[in-house]
Amino acid sequence: MSIVASFEIAHTRVLGPDGKVEGELPPFARDRDALVALYRWMVLTRAFDAKAVALQRTGRLGTYASGIGQEAVCVGAAHAMTPDDVLLPSFREHGAQLVRGVTMQELLLYWGGDERGSDFAGPRQDFPVCIPVGTHAPHAAGAALAFKLRDEPSVAVCIFGDGATSRGDVYEAMNVAGAWTLPVVFIANNNQWAISVPRPAQTAAETLAQKAVAAGFEGLQVDGNDVIAVRQATTEALDKARSGNGPTLIEALTYRLGDHTTVDDASRYRDDEEVGRHWKEEPIARLRSYLTAAHGWQKAEEEALIAACAAEVEDAAESYLAASPEPPEAMFDYLYEELPADAARQRAAMLAQE
Amino acid sequence: MAKARTKSEASAGTADLTMVEAVGQALARALEEDETVILLGEDIGVDGGVFRATDGLITRFGADRVRDTPLSEAMIGGLPVGLAAMGFRPVAEIQFMGFIYPVIDQIVNHAARLRTRTRGRMTCPMVLRAPYGGGIHAPEHHSESMEAMFAHIPGLRVVIPSSPARAYGLLLAAIRDPDPVIFLEPKRIYRAAREAVVDNGGALPLDRCFTVLKGADVTLVTWGAMLKETLEAAEILAGDSVEAEIVDVATLKPLDMDTILASVSKTGRCVIVHEAPLTGGFGAEIAARLAGEGLMHLVAPVERVAGWDTVMPLLRLEGRYMPSAERIVAAARRVLEYA
Repeated sequence: MSIVASFEIAHTRVLGPDGKVEGELPPFARDRDALVALYRWMVLTRAFDAKAVALQRTGRLGTYASGIGQEAVCVGAAHAMTPDDVLLPSFREHGAQLVRGVTMQELLLYWGGDERGSDFAGPRQDFPVCIPVGTHAPHAAGAALAFKLRDEPSVAVCIFGDGATSRGDVYEAMNVAGAWTLPVVFIANNNQWAISVPRPAQTAAETLAQKAVAAGFEGLQVDGNDVIAVRQATTEALDKARSGNGPTLIEALTYRLGDHTTVDDASRYRDDEEVGRHWKEEPIARLRSYLTAAHGWQKAEEEALIAACAAEVEDAAESYLAASPEPPEAMFDYLYEELPADAARQRAAMLAQE
Repeated sequence: MAKARTKSEASAGTADLTMVEAVGQALARALEEDETVILLGEDIGVDGGVFRATDGLITRFGADRVRDTPLSEAMIGGLPVGLAAMGFRPVAEIQFMGFIYPVIDQIVNHAARLRTRTRGRMTCPMVLRAPYGGGIHAPEHHSESMEAMFAHIPGLRVVIPSSPARAYGLLLAAIRDPDPVIFLEPKRIYRAAREAVVDNGGALPLDRCFTVLKGADVTLVTWGAMLKETLEAAEILAGDSVEAEIVDVATLKPLDMDTILASVSKTGRCVIVHEAPLTGGFGAEIAARLAGEGLMHLVAPVERVAGWDTVMPLLRLEGRYMPSAERIVAAARRVLEYA
């Protein structure tokens, strides 16, 4: 017998749960302003999330998927991207979309049931959220192929959950990305729960990162509650893709502190004790501890930042609530570039019954 | 950003082509005139496709644009969505329609709704080609006709050619169309006949039916390979001095009901012919529309001649499944009995 293949999965963490440096601090993370910027995006994301849940609870938003606890994965990944890269998010990466330039009003419009929320004014090439789990992974491979064929330095960044890694689409996308050396970064946002199914019940694989091994490229694990580690791993994967060396799968280990969505009740299937344990590892307090200890982050700065984020969120919510509804014919008007006669008659019939 | 399509010099060569050759000719023309056109699929490169539809294209246009993919249908359906959203015009091939089911998720959930769900910010000008239908004694899962599934999906076009010239013109139109098109190729007639095809880059219009035979007594509505049996039926009926009018639907979705209604308003009688199973087949949609919009023209019940509601049999019983000219003639005679 001889061993013909073997693999190792590296795990990276810079900041431990208490905010102490455990790993090697990458150069960008030595800059106070850079860390404060990441911190601000995470605080803003969480404030947005709380507002979205409150709007849903008061009947002013549709079903919403909270991203609480996963701010570091979203912010770290998106912050590493350049404007010409393309983000393909799942449905829980609000923080990543915000960093990319999608506005809070747009996110609220979408979750409030208005398609205009996906007509981003900012990142025009970013994909809308993907609800059918993992089905956007092949799109990432397609976008990456477009960049490669045009010899552009852009990279497609596709984020999906732990549950998605059990789906064929994700494997098929990773497989072709490996076979064709495509400039794509896959990020498995492993929040440990796919609705009610915990990570160990999802797959017998020790890590999700190793799923890249079968597709012929590198998979690695980062502490997904450590925004510095996520940002650095994403930067390295982006650089690798940009220089023609193909895809990477980053498994970011985090935890879904909230329910699956506003129509879910996670107490049916998991213990409060488990959730409480994970609150001790969440990303925002972790970075705040480090900022306080290493960069003299002041209470006044903290209060000012929280107040500014709250005001931004309130403004966005107000403009969302004030948005006039789309005319009903909009459901027809973007079906095709030019509405076929057959559908045009239905459009007229719908308007006639108004 | 790749260059937009530039009309290449219309070097019009005319040749007698089979349908599969005409498909290849249209693909070559599209690759030539528009550098954003990319072909993808299993065995389409070096092998030239299992039916040879892409024969020689990899040599002419290179492996970047005529791409052999891994054996991975969900990816073959999904990757073009990303390519199309980024400005390319991918033409993906599913080797047989029996293997198209993993792709439906991508078509329904993404390709057909990308324009709508982004309010026009992103579009999906992709074509999904697949040989379909029975009659070539193929193995199991290689002979079904499931066009109605796609015709049910808002935001799609479903196009089926019935002759070499139609394949050339409609495929070019499908590739140039700014929205996703399912292009189903009736493989039974891939090599059944040759027809003069002018390779001048001329497209045929989508979204409309073609009246292939004029007649005043009964309207026969069909598409794809069944045009052959329908023409044979018309010939038999002509022997009885019955003039059949034949409408080749060509684009099932969006349906050009006007042409069908105009014909039925003249004949008052209609037989719809398709190879797919009867129940929920696309003939049901046409019949329902005739009942709703054409009832005053009808002097007889609408008949449908279709495949049976059975699992597609293997090759020994295949012939008993396929609608025949005789069944079409019998149905036409039944509707002609009404005064």
